[in-house]
Amino acid sequence: MSPGVLALVSALAALGLMLANGVVLIYMLRKVLAHFHLRLGPMRVGWHGLLQTPADVLKLLTKEDFDPSATDLWLFRLAPFMVFVPSFMAYLAIPFSDSLSFTPLDTGVLYTLAALALVPVGILAAGWASNSKWSLIGGMRAAAQQIAYEVPLLLSVIGVVMIAGSLDMSEIVKAQQGTWLGFIPRWFVIPQFGGFLLFLIAALAELNQTPFDMSVAESELVEGFANEYSGMKFAFFFLAEFSNSFVVSALAVTCFFGGWLLPWVPIDLPVWVDVAVFLTKTYLCIFVLMWIRGTLPRIRIDQLLSLGWKGLIPAGLAWVLLTGVVVKLVP
Amino acid sequence: MTADQVKRAADAIAAEGTLVAPKVPTGLRRVPGGVDALATEHLVVNMGPQHPSTHGVLHILLELDGEEIIAAEASLGYLHRGIEKLAEHRRYHQIGTLLDRADYVSGFHTEWAYSMAVERLAEIEVPARAEWIRALMSELNRIASHLLWLGTFGMDTGAMGPFLYIMRDREALLDIFETVSGARMMFNYVRPGGVVMDFPLQAEPLIRAFLDTWDGYLDEYHDLLTGNEIFRPRVKGIGVIPRSTAVAFGMTGACLRGSGLPWDLRKTRPYGPYAELDFEVPLGTTGDNWDRYMVRMEEMRWAARLARQLLDGLPEGDFTAKVPKVLRPPAGEVYAAVESPRGELGVHILSDGSDVPYRLRLRSPALFNLSVVDEVLPGSLIADAVVTVGSLDIVLGEIDR
Repeated sequence: MSPGVLALVSALAALGLMLANGVVLIYMLRKVLAHFHLRLGPMRVGWHGLLQTPADVLKLLTKEDFDPSATDLWLFRLAPFMVFVPSFMAYLAIPFSDSLSFTPLDTGVLYTLAALALVPVGILAAGWASNSKWSLIGGMRAAAQQIAYEVPLLLSVIGVVMIAGSLDMSEIVKAQQGTWLGFIPRWFVIPQFGGFLLFLIAALAELNQTPFDMSVAESELVEGFANEYSGMKFAFFFLAEFSNSFVVSALAVTCFFGGWLLPWVPIDLPVWVDVAVFLTKTYLCIFVLMWIRGTLPRIRIDQLLSLGWKGLIPAGLAWVLLTGVVVKLVP
Repeated sequence: MTADQVKRAADAIAAEGTLVAPKVPTGLRRVPGGVDALATEHLVVNMGPQHPSTHGVLHILLELDGEEIIAAEASLGYLHRGIEKLAEHRRYHQIGTLLDRADYVSGFHTEWAYSMAVERLAEIEVPARAEWIRALMSELNRIASHLLWLGTFGMDTGAMGPFLYIMRDREALLDIFETVSGARMMFNYVRPGGVVMDFPLQAEPLIRAFLDTWDGYLDEYHDLLTGNEIFRPRVKGIGVIPRSTAVAFGMTGACLRGSGLPWDLRKTRPYGPYAELDFEVPLGTTGDNWDRYMVRMEEMRWAARLARQLLDGLPEGDFTAKVPKVLRPPAGEVYAAVESPRGELGVHILSDGSDVPYRLRLRSPALFNLSVVDEVLPGSLIADAVVTVGSLDIVLGEIDR
């Protein structure tokens, strides 16, 4: 196949994964949150509500594409794509197995984080273009939050990169092969536990997830930046949100939990086993995110910002320094 | 001062669309590009009447500088149904149905306050058993009401979980209410003279089963919220209402006790069987959201202990006095109040000797408690405003009536 066709195929495959992931995650979120909340979640449409999500997708597709009259029309229409496209781009470098990723990149970690960093631009655009006060506050919050938490997120994976000696996600995974003392998997979460904690906090903020769901904050800003959006335009925001959960979880699995590797077994497994292991780990990560979402209250915006600037960034720098010294001393 | 600012904001809205005229600090006049280049405007937003955390149809006009509140004014009346006026056209036995719909979260208290007023007016002697049943149901209702407050308060701080957990226990309570009174919310069970029917046999095991599990469940709520490191800084030191302010605004109930004033009608002017019961009134110290939160949490524990005492000591006898089918109390005036979950819930009746009251007025504790927002909200953030209003435990049905 020519490179052009190959690129198109992998882009379409990434899109397919993104949409499928959206459908799975909506159902999963409803069910997981429901069971954390002592309720059942969707039960009526299909067996245990399995068809609820397709029904909702159909509803969103058939809804009128409505633009409120006072909006900045072009920006208002563009904003969902400004959110959707970067989160789609973030899929490309994720390694599902040794040989399988949409586009292998030498600087995969950096690329993925850079793609995710574009998302809040769209959120800010949506808040601004809606020409609604609550939306504007939501958009501004998203911008402030993103600037504060982008840096610690990057700092949190630098330690991993230093140990692995590469920004290539496949190389990072391969550096986690084998075990210590014969039974502890050499996953970076153990030597880089501090980095993982930083990553977890910063990723929650990056994802706009409880306890950091500032830009939506339904008890304060109603629906935040997405207030004026409905139908498919709203669905794009929603889809991007779920897809970001997937990407960030995949990043966590790659950097801290050994990617597609299973500990204690030979490394030359068939590709489908690798992919299955990777997806299982990723969805376990997403489950933890939902667990947090179902349990915790929301932090306040000023507390969030001071935690980011005064807590996470110094901690991240200190952690990078510590890792650097240790890597230099222990070859 | 705050009222002035709100009025200016409202005038500006009326005059020129949405924004208040910019206030330009004098230091900015020499900025290149002119004053307009750096001028900032205050944003006036309507929080409610359609907003997820205004607990119904409360409307608060907020003037914002960024996220900080400069001025706030609560605007009421979206749930006004004319209950007090309608009461002037109902016979005394028919009014309980109306008043149930005022404070729909704690119906037994409203009914009790009203019945107490009518009984004093018509000089009806209420049997002890009726009073004890009333107190028992009121205390259970206090738990149910505080539970609903707890759930919504959790939601105000962003925690979805507690709201659905409290529904589990509230459901058990509503089942008890249904067994006793036949209704889950609008009971119309406490009536002038006593209660409408005797305490049913099958209710006792239900109540005991609930009380046996209750302390464990309350500890679970403490685990979910009280100890949470995100929740604590959201409520501690926020929304401080000093004791003097609380008194000046006529606040009662947990809001007043949170500010440290030991005022509880069950203790200070005992009615019903409360003088014979053994209980304590939890108090706060500073009057912030945390104190109001803890006072209500402790009140739930005490309410359960009270309910157990009441159930154990329920006297035998009649459940109602002999009351004529058409009550014609002598001309006169009466005020009776009970300690509802929100504070002093009073009913003031003016009788002209006919079969309908000449005038009936409800002293709604939530209205007095809410009136403090104009004073307390300025200076805090939007997120704090939501939590502070939540900590006041308002029920709009009672405020607007």
